[in-house]
Amino acid sequence: MEIKLKLNGRNITASVESDTVLLDFLREKGCLSVKRGCDTSNCGLCTVLMDGKPVLSCSALAVRADGHEIYTLEGLQEEASDFVGFIADQGADQCGFCNPGFVMNTIALLRENPDPTDDEIRAFLAGNLCRCSGYDGQLRGIRNYLNSKKG
Amino acid sequence: MVTIQKYVRAQSLEEAYTLNQNKKNRIIGGMLWTRLGRGSVGTAIDLCDLGLDRIEETEEEFSIGAMVTLRDIEVHEGLNAYAGHAVADAVKDIVGVQFRNMATVGGSIWGRFGFSDVLTVFLALDSYVELYRGGIVPLEEFANMKPDRDILVRLIVKKTPCRIIYSSVRNQRTDFPVLSCAVSHMNGEYRASIGARPGRAVLLRRESADDFPEFAAENVPVGGNMRGSAAYRTHLIKVLTERSLQGLRGE
Repeated sequence: MEIKLKLNGRNITASVESDTVLLDFLREKGCLSVKRGCDTSNCGLCTVLMDGKPVLSCSALAVRADGHEIYTLEGLQEEASDFVGFIADQGADQCGFCNPGFVMNTIALLRENPDPTDDEIRAFLAGNLCRCSGYDGQLRGIRNYLNSKKG
Repeated sequence: MVTIQKYVRAQSLEEAYTLNQNKKNRIIGGMLWTRLGRGSVGTAIDLCDLGLDRIEETEEEFSIGAMVTLRDIEVHEGLNAYAGHAVADAVKDIVGVQFRNMATVGGSIWGRFGFSDVLTVFLALDSYVELYRGGIVPLEEFANMKPDRDILVRLIVKKTPCRIIYSSVRNQRTDFPVLSCAVSHMNGEYRASIGARPGRAVLLRRESADDFPEFAAENVPVGGNMRGSAAYRTHLIKVLTERSLQGLRGE
């Protein structure tokens, strides 16, 4: 069926099968930051923003994006560049596989809550799994970024 | 993974109900559980165009549309002010924010899943479901009904004065609960809703709080699975019920 959506700020029209998941559709459209991790809605790697809210593209039907606005990391690089260097400085992205999901969900967090506590950061990012780092690196990176904004 | 032959955004509840009478078709919620199943769905019936994604609050009740997400009820100020933050406590550890932005209240309640934190917390409140053909049914009665081809339209939570505490034990923060427990006091009666037994949540009532933890431990049927044994769950029922009662007493 035909769907119309706004992808990373551009209006597009596409034909998709009823059971195509959003992740596969986005990768076909060249958004290769969107990756398949667990494929069971648990790891957060495939996070994209639908109408500004973080969702799991591995489990969302592409047809449900019809009439909505989708952003992937490809469309939010400038916003991400504000803080990803702070995360990298902590060595938090050891293998880097989980990074796109972490970055997308951090963008959602900071839009909703520009000055989160450490517990609020942990709670918001609880749905993003990392098998390298133990999560402290990401937390320290985001904390350092927030502290840098306060001068 | 499940395959879907056709996708329809229903334009009325009657259209959705008619389509749903075919056993090959299925109403879809957040797609998180449905997608992990096997087999083929003839027509996936989406209720997303029917305005059921809103929480309406009046002086008497909260009306929670079937397509409202778990994140919506987590951050709804009115609902959590009424329920002492118990609703947010019940859903906050369900996977992650992204998951809760997709999972729907309708899907969670309709599924009557054993692991459901959502069913557990709302059973302890003065809750009802509105079914398209079946009308308004107490949630406790709905939880014991066999699944049929009706449609859950909304969840209704009456603003009956009440205090409620929600707690759960998990082996890992975002895992299914080993046991979930919601204890409330309303209309002069104590209620304990016990979920993840691992079967679907059950509701116990007691006029006095004195021996409620022991009564609950003795009367809630439990089983064992990979998350915990039956004996461990029985122990948890007593502990969580007692702690919840202490919380209600302000201790």
